[in-house]
Amino acid sequence: MTGHDAMKKILVPIKMVLDANMRPRVKADGSGVDLSGMKLSINPFCEIAVEEAVRLKEKGLAEEVVVVSIGPAKVQDILRQAMAMGADRARLIETDQPVEPLAAAKLIRTAVAEETPDLVILGKQAVDDDCNQTGQMLAALLDWPQATFASALHVEADSVKVTREVDGGHQTLVLPLPAVVTTDLRLNEPRHCALPNIMKARKKPLDVRPVAECGVDMAAHLNVLSVRPPEARKAGRCAANVNELVGDLHAAGVI
Amino acid sequence: MTILLLADHDGQTLGEATARAVSAARDMGGVIHVLVAGENVGSIARAAATVSGVDKVLVADDPALAHLLAEPVAELLVTLSVDYAAVIAPATSVGKDILPRVAARRDVMQVSDITRVIAADTFERPVYAGNAIETVQSTDELKVITIRSSAFDAAPQGGESAPVESVSLPAKEWKARFESEALTKSERPELTSARIVVSGGRGLGSAQAFETVLAPLAEHLHAAIGASRAAVDANYAPNDLQVGQTGKIVAPELYIAVGISGAIQHLAGMKDSKVIVAINKDPDAPIFQVADFGLVGDLFTIVPELVQALG
Ligand SMILES: Cc1cc2nc3c(=O)[nH]c(=O)nc-3n(C[C@H](O)[C@H](O)[C@H](O)COP(=O)(O)OP(=O)(O)OC[C@H]3O[C@@H](n4cnc5c(N)ncnc54)[C@H](O)[C@@H]3O)c2cc1C
Repeated sequence: MTGHDAMKKILVPIKMVLDANMRPRVKADGSGVDLSGMKLSINPFCEIAVEEAVRLKEKGLAEEVVVVSIGPAKVQDILRQAMAMGADRARLIETDQPVEPLAAAKLIRTAVAEETPDLVILGKQAVDDDCNQTGQMLAALLDWPQATFASALHVEADSVKVTREVDGGHQTLVLPLPAVVTTDLRLNEPRHCALPNIMKARKKPLDVRPVAECGVDMAAHLNVLSVRPPEARKAGRCAANVNELVGDLHAAGVI
Repeated sequence: MTILLLADHDGQTLGEATARAVSAARDMGGVIHVLVAGENVGSIARAAATVSGVDKVLVADDPALAHLLAEPVAELLVTLSVDYAAVIAPATSVGKDILPRVAARRDVMQVSDITRVIAADTFERPVYAGNAIETVQSTDELKVITIRSSAFDAAPQGGESAPVESVSLPAKEWKARFESEALTKSERPELTSARIVVSGGRGLGSAQAFETVLAPLAEHLHAAIGASRAAVDANYAPNDLQVGQTGKIVAPELYIAVGISGAIQHLAGMKDSKVIVAINKDPDAPIFQVADFGLVGDLFTIVPELVQALG
């Protein structure tokens, strides 16, 4: 982007989820997944989004990185983590209620209205509800262009060039700014936060406001009737050698 | 109810995911219209018209629709959606990109990646990488739904052809611009529709081993090749072969996991396969907990032996 002004601001909406290394347990009463006592972390795709925004800032391509999240007070942990990674400021829209992607997109839109970022980078999906919706919904509500499932992002004058992972391979789009980009796994590898940065992040500004002040209808559109564990696969057997395995496969009728 | 189904295609042929989504639409009940959007897609529209259960095909032929970009296709779907009770699409990279835009514009919540239809408004869908199955009911008047292809059989090609009607794309300035694409070419069966999938993980150790060790087995079995994320990250295999929570979801008759540990994110993409075989040197690898048949040992000896034994 040499010869052009850097982007003024990148907004990165992030979500706190059950840590990807934890095994989810379905509650016995079928009402949901039991999160009590479980480790909660920044959604891995959101972490990639923060990393990408911070790298753009470090390259002088953006002036400020603002992170925003929605949820209960403890979500501040991941906002602090994002600031330790290099984000400048954070906003928490506080609520104890479950938030559907549509409501999340509307709440993020209120942050966009106040912050007027040039670029919004989000994770392509949260690994709890696996919805893969919020970024696209936000782009639609703003009437902005979108590039989902990004594996490479280049900032050019007034636009971003984004390579997307699609079913057949890769596709590259050019989006005029402002735009919405959602991250795939191979966009980058997020950094580990050094202790001094974690300390510094504690002093960075974190604005907390109750969801009620945002003027967004939070009523659920979907009723979760029940949650059950998946069908368990029956235990298999180990063959002693290749010939036995081939015999097993013939017996099972698959070859 | 009348359902509008966005067809998946690659510009040349109708994707099998479309016929699978037709099955899901039939489970919902009602009249099924298929929208084929693209440029010069007349033959794709005719193919869609012969899928059994399809009542009508709408074809939108416009240069702006050539690469099925989200803005124009969503605009078209939003416009058409007023006449429908549901807008659905297979959960391919195209469907996942476009449908949430439609849902937001219509102020409804999308139900993503359904694996079962319980009623016209109630569905099962996996969450937490398939470690929990949610039954969810949509209270929205318009249902917007993406369909997990592996969970539904393809509706057969019927004899009779449904009527094909043209629709036009609203005129508007589209902001995102297509620049290029790099699609992987392969003579092998397509990963998500193959009867047998042979998948390689980090244990393969190199791109070369995918060619020299895994490919002969795949050829022998007329199988598609898949890969774990670790194998794709290490450039042993292209990204479009990744199987898992965030890659492709497959449910073949036979899935052979070679040098794959069986992380939950990988299992999310293959554990509904009919028969799972694991080849791994670590007897405690989690993949063995879901495998019907296993063989513990060095893949570099076992796989060539297997090819021999099959010959
Ligand atoms: C948000 C998120 C999303 C993810 N999405 C996906 C996804 O979609 N798909 C996916 O696959 N992963 C995904 N992952 C990654 C996943 O957690 C694992 O890291 C990955 O699946 C591991 O790949 P692997 O089994 O090939 O490698 P490893 O876990 O390193 O396993 C390699 C295996 O090979 C065996 N091995 C090594 N050498 C030999 C030999 N000579 N002979 C026989 N066996 C051998 C080892 O015993 C080991 O079990 C995701 C992770 C996150 C956090």
